[in-house]
Amino acid sequence: MMKQCEKYNKIERDTDYQDEMEILFDAKSENENFARVVAAAFCTRCNPTMEEISDIKTAVSEAVTNCIVHGYAGTTGKVHMHCFLEEHILTIEIKDYGVGIDNVERAMQPMYTSKPELERSGMGFSFMEAFMDELQVISKKNIGTTVIMKKRFCAE
Amino acid sequence: MSTENNNENYSNHYTEREQTKTEDMTHTDYIYMVSATTLIISMNAELDHHLADEMREVIDEVIDHRGVKNIIFDFGRIGFMDSAGIGLILGRYKKIRDIGTIYIASANQSIQRILLISGLHKIVTMCEDVTDAVRMMKGRR
Repeated sequence: MMKQCEKYNKIERDTDYQDEMEILFDAKSENENFARVVAAAFCTRCNPTMEEISDIKTAVSEAVTNCIVHGYAGTTGKVHMHCFLEEHILTIEIKDYGVGIDNVERAMQPMYTSKPELERSGMGFSFMEAFMDELQVISKKNIGTTVIMKKRFCAE
Repeated sequence: MSTENNNENYSNHYTEREQTKTEDMTHTDYIYMVSATTLIISMNAELDHHLADEMREVIDEVIDHRGVKNIIFDFGRIGFMDSAGIGLILGRYKKIRDIGTIYIASANQSIQRILLISGLHKIVTMCEDVTDAVRMMKGRR
């Protein structure tokens, strides 16, 4: 039985496994929970550990919160989430069409926040960096911001 | 699943009106209780920007009007928190740091990790559960 399982796993991993999904939702704080649950559900096919699931949930939550709080700053808009799975690497792209970031480097510094009055801790990008394997932020003023994150699953 | 069953058994002993009340409790995102100068907050929904925004004003009003000195955050029912939770706890810490302490009860591993990375574990007191927090508070007095 064990051997059969091992063999099965090996075949699964050898084939170029690919899968992707996309969702578009309103920039409302209620949807933060929705987005992270969807992302977590999508990656369950990789047999992630509890820790990996919570890493992904945190990172998605931070990115979506940024879109709502900073990108659209209280105005309405749409957030676009694209998850792509290849072999054991999950890529999550979260995009808004809001105000954009003036200085990406400064925004990514730990504890930096442009909105201290809202009690933002300034830890958003730091958490994304800490919990994911790769983080890339692309932003253009008045066009929007895209956050691309990658997570490598430890295949057992 | 088991909590639901417990609540059902529990509410069977009560009148119908009280039964709806008990059921409503399970649907609220958080419950708070003030006992003397201690505020205990139990979250029922994941502590993100959405819930933090909802809780902030309520907590601050309670702190200001009821002379709260110590705050216990009970994470027993939830398994997730992000940086918005850090902001919420830090903000309350700034309000009461001269007169009291913040206790974090029943935080699971992923919440503990968030507290550790953000450095918040240095300014709050971690406890196993609410009872433990109350015991520590009494010892401190």
